[in-house]
Amino acid sequence: MIALLRRDLALAVRAGGGFGLGLAFFLIVVVLVPFGVGPEAEVLSRIAPGILWVAALLAALLSLDRIFALDFEDGSLPLLATSPLPLEGVALVKGVAHWITTGLPLTLAAPALGFLLNMAPGAYVWMLASLALGTPALSMIGAFGAAITVGLKRGGLLMSLLVLPLYVPTLIFGAEAVRRGADGLSATTPLMMLAGITLGCFALLPFAASAALRVNLR
Amino acid sequence: MSIWEYANPKKFIATTTPWVPVLLWGSIAILVVGLVWGFFFTPDDFRQGSTVKIFYVHVPSALMAINAWFMMLVASLIWLIRRHHVSALAARAAAPIGVVMTLIALFTGAVWGQPMWGTWWAWDPRLTSFLILFLFYLGYIALWEAIEDPDTAADLTSVLCIVGSVFAVLSRYAVNFWNQGLHQPASLSLDKEENVADVFWYPALVCIAGFVLLFIALVLMRTATEIRARRIRALEARMRS
Repeated sequence: MIALLRRDLALAVRAGGGFGLGLAFFLIVVVLVPFGVGPEAEVLSRIAPGILWVAALLAALLSLDRIFALDFEDGSLPLLATSPLPLEGVALVKGVAHWITTGLPLTLAAPALGFLLNMAPGAYVWMLASLALGTPALSMIGAFGAAITVGLKRGGLLMSLLVLPLYVPTLIFGAEAVRRGADGLSATTPLMMLAGITLGCFALLPFAASAALRVNLR
Repeated sequence: MSIWEYANPKKFIATTTPWVPVLLWGSIAILVVGLVWGFFFTPDDFRQGSTVKIFYVHVPSALMAINAWFMMLVASLIWLIRRHHVSALAARAAAPIGVVMTLIALFTGAVWGQPMWGTWWAWDPRLTSFLILFLFYLGYIALWEAIEDPDTAADLTSVLCIVGSVFAVLSRYAVNFWNQGLHQPASLSLDKEENVADVFWYPALVCIAGFVLLFIALVLMRTATEIRARRIRALEARMRS
């Protein structure tokens, strides 16, 4: 599992596209929003948590089809399926690798971009915490969506349609936690719900994803 | 004699075909009775006026939109566990009906909400969860259409249906987090103190029965159509080879 994780990380960093793409997209969205809604500090600070969360979600969505598609095309996915590592483990590692290459950099970049959106001072901690807790769920759900559509020629649009409604609870709880933090309220309840979603995703979705992969490799 | 005998497509068609017209006409008759009763022989609500009559379409369609997904979930599970093709095709057949029911519920809700709440749409928990349900239906149908091999499609859509069910329930409770919203809470439950008055309740029950029968008839009909379509495809493939 460790070897597979290292291989995926090395591929993502060296191939050049996957690693920077999500981060660059995140940056572009956050920089463009003030141009779109105007520079009033109050408006920006009110919508900042939502913007950051939506941008993070879209950035994660952008690189999802790379999770399995590249391995499927060059034939290494069937090799992984026949390796001693169970396919559930492969799906889990793929989700984790996707998180390390997209979710983790997004989480670390979010506070810096919060300055651009004039986020309330109390919200930074919650922004970090909610993204750190929530983006793993985005990656794992995405791995499931990618596993379902891996056999399709142009599965990108379909995968977005499948994954979008699955992202709703994560987005709601994540943005809600930051919003409550920004207003000085207690954000623990949405954060706990968020952590629950993430843990549930990591516990159950590898099974669903590997079931879908088995069907697609049949 | 067990229920699994109907997993045989031939037996399924033979058994259900005579029932389809009965169910269809029965549901139409019941719907006519229920809607005429509801539209013309019930008093206007003292606050909502005659707009309250949208109720007789709105509530049954919303109910069926959720139950259609539930039926698809059960059919998907049966397909994954027992590999009966009729079950997978029944799930496929129910999805477009579920979409239409969701759309009817959303549309009548908007028409009702405009005079009552002063807005066509609000990001209220119930409305939002229906929108999410609509997206789930679209994704499910799109996945069926996108995959050529029927068994692969059935497997993948079944997995999606199960995962989607969990997330649909999750979303339903997640949107509650915003606020209580404009939509009233359930007013047709059997164990509640505050229900709608009996004058509205009986025609509504008739309408719900009509919608249920209509749904069953349409699902049986569409499942038989899917079975025949697959048979034709198999014949064509055999002729070509």
